[in-house]
Amino acid sequence: MHMLPETQTADTTARGDVSRRDFLKLSSGLGIGLLLEFSLLGTACSKLGIGSKQEFTPNAFIHIDQDGVVTIVAHKVEMGQGTYTSMPMLIAEELEVDVSKVKLQHAPPDDKAYGDALLGAQITGGSTSVRGAWKPLREAGARARMMLIQVAADEWKVRPETCYAENGEVVHQPTGRRVPYGDLVEKAARLPAPTAVTLKDPKDFKIIGKPVHRLDAPSKVNGTAEFGIDVKVPDMKIATVSASPVFGGKLVSVDDSEAKKIQGFQQVIKLDNAVAVIADHMWAAKQGLAALKITWDDGEHAGFSSTSLRADIAKASEAKGAVAKKTGNAPGIIAAADKKLEAVYELPFLAHATMEPINCTVHVQDDGCDIWVGTQVPVVAQMVAAQLTGLAQDKVRIHNHLLGGGFGRRLEVDSVAQAVLIAKQVNFPVKVVWSREEDIQHDMYRPYYYDRISAAIDEHGNPEAWQHHITGSSIMARFFPAAVKDGVDPDAVEGATDLQYAVPNVYVDYVRHEPPLPTAFWRGVGPTHNIFVVESFIDELAAHAGKDPVEYRLALLKNAPRAKAVLEMAAEKANWFSPLSAPAKGKAGKGVSVLFAFGTYIAQVVELEVDADQQVRVKKVVCVVDCGYTVNPDTVRAQMEGGIMFGITGALWGEIHFDQGRVQESNFHNYRMMRMNEAPVVEVHLVPSQENPGGIGEPGTSAVMPAVANAVFAATGKRVRKLPIATALTTA
Amino acid sequence: MITLNVNGDQHDLDVTDDTPILWALRDVVGLTGTKFGCGMSLCGACTVHLDGKPIRSCVTPLSAASGKEITTIEGIGASELGKRVQDAWIEQEVVQCGYCQSGQIMSAVALLKENAAPSDQDIDNAMSGNICRCATYARIRSAIKLAAGQPAAKEA
Ligand code: FES
Ligand code: FES
Repeated sequence: MHMLPETQTADTTARGDVSRRDFLKLSSGLGIGLLLEFSLLGTACSKLGIGSKQEFTPNAFIHIDQDGVVTIVAHKVEMGQGTYTSMPMLIAEELEVDVSKVKLQHAPPDDKAYGDALLGAQITGGSTSVRGAWKPLREAGARARMMLIQVAADEWKVRPETCYAENGEVVHQPTGRRVPYGDLVEKAARLPAPTAVTLKDPKDFKIIGKPVHRLDAPSKVNGTAEFGIDVKVPDMKIATVSASPVFGGKLVSVDDSEAKKIQGFQQVIKLDNAVAVIADHMWAAKQGLAALKITWDDGEHAGFSSTSLRADIAKASEAKGAVAKKTGNAPGIIAAADKKLEAVYELPFLAHATMEPINCTVHVQDDGCDIWVGTQVPVVAQMVAAQLTGLAQDKVRIHNHLLGGGFGRRLEVDSVAQAVLIAKQVNFPVKVVWSREEDIQHDMYRPYYYDRISAAIDEHGNPEAWQHHITGSSIMARFFPAAVKDGVDPDAVEGATDLQYAVPNVYVDYVRHEPPLPTAFWRGVGPTHNIFVVESFIDELAAHAGKDPVEYRLALLKNAPRAKAVLEMAAEKANWFSPLSAPAKGKAGKGVSVLFAFGTYIAQVVELEVDADQQVRVKKVVCVVDCGYTVNPDTVRAQMEGGIMFGITGALWGEIHFDQGRVQESNFHNYRMMRMNEAPVVEVHLVPSQENPGGIGEPGTSAVMPAVANAVFAATGKRVRKLPIATALTTA
Repeated sequence: MITLNVNGDQHDLDVTDDTPILWALRDVVGLTGTKFGCGMSLCGACTVHLDGKPIRSCVTPLSAASGKEITTIEGIGASELGKRVQDAWIEQEVVQCGYCQSGQIMSAVALLKENAAPSDQDIDNAMSGNICRCATYARIRSAIKLAAGQPAAKEA
């Protein structure tokens, strides 16, 4: 049974220290009211402050003002995954207020106050939002409620037990007297926060687990939502950039004589490895950039290509790896086995292609630096800007915005650093906007992985020993080096080491191999890579044993009840055991996959058709999810629907190619996205569960890729071991 | 000076008439609801209406709008149909990151204006130029049907 490592991080940091009270000032005054701090690092040790502007403590999480408006200072960034709705739900449930009364404000960058209980840094990633906030937010709501009840009871001179909270008011049960929270907050602010809280029994939940409309929806349908790219600052100019087309290349010289003739052109900014044109508006900046004559020094990487990169990683994979998991003696058994299966799986470089192209607005002044951006890592952005400007970190103000998609891309601050370097050279605010071409050609890519996998097979056709040898870039080594232990990058092996199948001998190892280009997390991170390999290979073993892919898996999931349950339900909901009707043309097939990752269990069944031209059309995906207690079921459904189509897009078409050190794809015509006419029906079923919430933003993506490849095998007999599928099917 | 008519307001802009409407709206007029996604007429994020017809504003120069009326996402809710589509979007819980949705809504309104009861095929035809990286397609379809007064058929 999987439990979140909540206790692991709880109370490791002593909380309640008031000394950081003045560390940062909240950008907007919330006025007089009840202010309750609590820690997402531990078990909600709360501190209390009286909410006058002077005494305002910046590391607060919830504030109730005299009008009864509740503000949460949100430590998560909304990227589309519905966190802005889920977090208020957690507070509102225990505080007994309507969700719509809860407002959110972006947290200022302060790692200690807003650190995520699971990640330990202010990061929105790894499907952790609801998982990390599940308990602390509810506890904070409960504490505030208890304090408000206490004040009302004192005023009425009755016992608090005779009062209850409802809809933003305290009610005295025997007399029916009521008082709104707003009238109580000033006094409540002087009370000590209760140390012991009792949380509701989940069966009494009124909000959690019920569909709630997304709070951010209205502004996103009328054009008023402000994404990073929409920022308007007085006197701001617009810049667009071109970085060295070859990774690691340098700028030699720029001739701007033609660019100067363009109306609206302002100036050229030179960086070590890039050129920017600043103009009155984007059109002039774009034209100006196109009119420049730029000379680059391509440096040492001008020679590589997709072919050479693949040869390099294949060679690297011949080395012995750092051991990530060892049970029994898998290598020995496989070496000596009569019956075995071996395969090599390859996953390509991928770009993120968030719908909102990369952008960042910066104003550098002598005494401070303002940055307007949508980022998953505000603290990192702040640190980098401080370094580049020489300013103290608290002189860098991050104004975080909505993200037009993250998917891992906005965990990186390369573009923030670049924008700061540009803004440093001028004395006005500058909004740096990348073209789509720049966005795709200067992404930080999901690494190429080269996995050798093998199994020794027993007399029943089951794997007796399993060996998974992973080779690829280590994102963690750059991103969070402390996480890499004894040469094992935990992300690179995630999804491979916690095999749900009962195999007596398991050996997983990892060879770090760095390509000459930057790599980064991509939706579903480690599991998107490893679950593809594991679930494809288990399918190969089933085929080799002549068994049905679902039955074969079920038998091996005997020690994994939650994984088994989702698979059984998926098989039932998808009518797995009834054959597909033959399509009008081409071939049809069904494929299955099972995933455990991010604390969530998923089984998926994909139905698809492959036509005579080898074009794949995914018709339907049945997805069964056990993600523990569900805060907002509709958000889980939405994340599965979107995550699944994101995964299908990647599995069918996703690949970044290189030639002469340059990215070959440039825009949506050659980096293909799924469109409306290609979207399958996605049917999501939630398993009712009392377990701790698991992540939902990523596992849908990770689970679907192998299910698609397995369905392609069922339809065509062709086993796709090198993604993307479209390329595998059209090349021999 | 070029005069641009946006959502009923006149704007005099000091830019060349080859400037795409997208950048004039966003960077000069200051209406940022219309989004930049690709700049090559590949994604639909920049869709606005020119005299009621959907266009990709990233590749349509200001010169094409002379004497015509532009409607953007900021103005579309003023019409009964526009408001109905926006409400359906909220009702069907369409948005995720939301970045593509201005363009999606503008395309959907244009479709429903021409075709009050679109079939699935009609929806595919009208909407396939609009990419949603968050892949909210099924809900966009339901929302269009809801706005058209058809049962939206969202699975339980
Ligand atoms: S930005 Fe105009 S179609 Fe993509
Ligand atoms: S909602 Fe994110 S791109 Fe459509």
